[in-house]
Amino acid sequence: MAIDAVGLPEVVAAIMVLALNAYALTGGADFGGGMWDLLARGPRRDAQRALIASQIGPIWEANHVWLILVVVVLFTAFPAAFAALSTVLHVPLSLMLVGIVLRGSSFVFRSYGARDDASQQRWGRVFAMASVLTPLVLGTIVGAIASGAAGDAALRLPATVGGVPPSFVSVFVAPWLAPFPLALGVLALAMFAFLAAVYLALAAPEPALRDDFRRRALGAAAAMFLAAFGALGIARVWEPEVVGALMQGRSLAFQGITAVAALTALWAIWSRRWQLARLAAAAQVSLILCGWVLVQQPYVVPPMLTVRDAAAPTITLELLLAALAAGAVILVPALVYLFRTFAAERRAR
Amino acid sequence: MTDLLAARTQMAISLGFHIVFAEIGIAMPLMMVLAEWRWRRTGERAYLDLARRWAKGTAVLFAVGAVSGTVLSFELGLLWPGFMRFAGPLIGMPFSLEGFAFFLEAIFLGVYLYGWERVGPRAHLAAGVVVAASGAASAVFVVLVNAWMNAPTGFTLDAAGGFATIDPIGAMQSPAAFQQALHMLLAAYAATGLAVAGVHAWMLLRGAAPDFHRRALGIALLVGAPAAVLQPLSGDLSARVVALTQPVKLAALEGQWSTERGAPLRIGGWPDEAREETRWALEIPYGLSLLAFHDPAAEVTGLRAVPRADRPPVAVVHLAFQTMVALGSAMALVSLWAGWVAWRRRNHTGERWLLTDQRWLLRALVFVAPFGFVATEAGWIVTEVGRQPWVVQGLMRTSDAVTPMPGLVVPMVLFTVLYLGLGAIVATLIASLVRETARASA
Repeated sequence: MAIDAVGLPEVVAAIMVLALNAYALTGGADFGGGMWDLLARGPRRDAQRALIASQIGPIWEANHVWLILVVVVLFTAFPAAFAALSTVLHVPLSLMLVGIVLRGSSFVFRSYGARDDASQQRWGRVFAMASVLTPLVLGTIVGAIASGAAGDAALRLPATVGGVPPSFVSVFVAPWLAPFPLALGVLALAMFAFLAAVYLALAAPEPALRDDFRRRALGAAAAMFLAAFGALGIARVWEPEVVGALMQGRSLAFQGITAVAALTALWAIWSRRWQLARLAAAAQVSLILCGWVLVQQPYVVPPMLTVRDAAAPTITLELLLAALAAGAVILVPALVYLFRTFAAERRAR
Repeated sequence: MTDLLAARTQMAISLGFHIVFAEIGIAMPLMMVLAEWRWRRTGERAYLDLARRWAKGTAVLFAVGAVSGTVLSFELGLLWPGFMRFAGPLIGMPFSLEGFAFFLEAIFLGVYLYGWERVGPRAHLAAGVVVAASGAASAVFVVLVNAWMNAPTGFTLDAAGGFATIDPIGAMQSPAAFQQALHMLLAAYAATGLAVAGVHAWMLLRGAAPDFHRRALGIALLVGAPAAVLQPLSGDLSARVVALTQPVKLAALEGQWSTERGAPLRIGGWPDEAREETRWALEIPYGLSLLAFHDPAAEVTGLRAVPRADRPPVAVVHLAFQTMVALGSAMALVSLWAGWVAWRRRNHTGERWLLTDQRWLLRALVFVAPFGFVATEAGWIVTEVGRQPWVVQGLMRTSDAVTPMPGLVVPMVLFTVLYLGLGAIVATLIASLVRETARASA
């Protein structure tokens, strides 16, 4: 990318990616925690669930706001992209919202509702299942965007071209209900489960519980590995242009760095270096996300809208940037305070 | 059901659901902070109990508010992509600021709920203050967007009807902005305060733990009653802005068909849209001209001034407006009654615990407890349905904003069922928290 190609729209887009990354690392891990709640078993099943709830409890609502920030930046700075994506991806986005609503509300119903086993189990079940559904659909949505299928469908919309309207399925279903997007859904699930297992192992108050999550982290890492290569194999058949972009020089180098992070994370988990494991796992997930961004830049909705095409007028971008900067000045210390407050508690136990 | 009607219904249900939790999310943290502050000042254990119990309720209600708010931010695009493509760059500013306010609210609610033993007493109280303040700020920012939709500012148009230039700061200064934000905030404090007061009044009537419940009643009334008394004045301010910026909406909410000087104020009545007249209303001569323009001879535009296609559904808007005004007035009267009793007692007997032996007042408080939320729903119908057929007054029709996706009745039914279920569960859960309070403090 040439220097003159980095203007206001690109800066705002980069901030949006940062916010999405923050959501993946924090909110994503909260969903991962829900998955481990679903898969809790063995003699320490209840202790596993209690640890997950205590780790998610104070922070999940703040973590969730990153997603709202992403949406707000998208519709303020790239309104055409927001309109196109939310039109053709209506169905999976609605499913994701159902997942978000059920996950959040069932979590508080379980925490504050009746203490009897039946209600605890009922809300635990809903919480865990919604924690699986939501990242699955989120990854699928990313896959539909990255593969260009969503952009293609938006271009075919009756509103944009005249003549015979395309079928409902071809515009509103086919772009996401396809092998590659679904494979990315599975990858997202594995990624979030991996992050959560690493965070939980670090937070576990006793060695046996820590080992439970160590095994889970290793399993999730294997699942992630399989999902990533599965997605690549599927892309070879269905999305050759995505594979082409992934295998280009700069992208390939990037994949190399991602692999280094992945191996570091694996080694750190294996050798129980938990601080390093958390760092490397977060780096790995961030790098995978950046890999996606690198493949589809300069598009925000490939092949329909580039960052430039979709950008709002300069005055909007300038004001948004100012608001984001001012907001960050308040937000960053507040977030640090939140995480410190509850991290201190972890050490004290 | 057409796709447009399905989309409008889904948006109405989503907003109607969220607004209750949003109001509670604004006012409840204030009450819980006041209770904690009283505990820190007086050392009375009942106040600590109260703060903790209110915090429990807040935790549940805030979470449901947060997720239903997320749904709304997506629904802007899922249902109204035409509106967002058009208006996004202009109204994104308050939404971004709201994002940060919501961040602060969520962060410090986490600190408040889970930090009783982990942060110092001052930090804990301060966290609650931040939650209360950023909740109010969130509401103001969101209402700024709605005010812009009612009375858009901050742009110039080109020949094709698109924006030639835009000024996002100017868009936050709609003539309706201050009045609508004030009306919404007062509604939140009045509705929540009086609803909570009603719950504790009912407990007092049953004779449960008077020490606990009269303290609760005192704080709830402190938050709710002044807001309820001020709300009719704020409504008058709002109506005058509507009269200037949205004359057709004013005509619809008053059932005013012909343009006339010295228009009467209609109480009750049924606007007959086919015959273009409002029947069976109690008419107060010159009342509408007086209220809307503070001039008995002022000319009020009637619905007939615009073609049928440009009129909102008159009967719904008129009925909703009458409902809002009636319920709001009842709340103001009961609040004045409570204030008068409290003032008289304090002056004449110097007694600290007021109201609790006034059984008729307690009964009235129980009676008006749900009024605030019903009035809020009615008020939201007035402002949203009253603006139809426009999504942005005079600039964009709702039918031009709706998504081209067919079959919108399906997501509408899905979210309706989801929210009905959630509403029922939340109601049960809150009821059980209240019962638990009754048992524990009995």
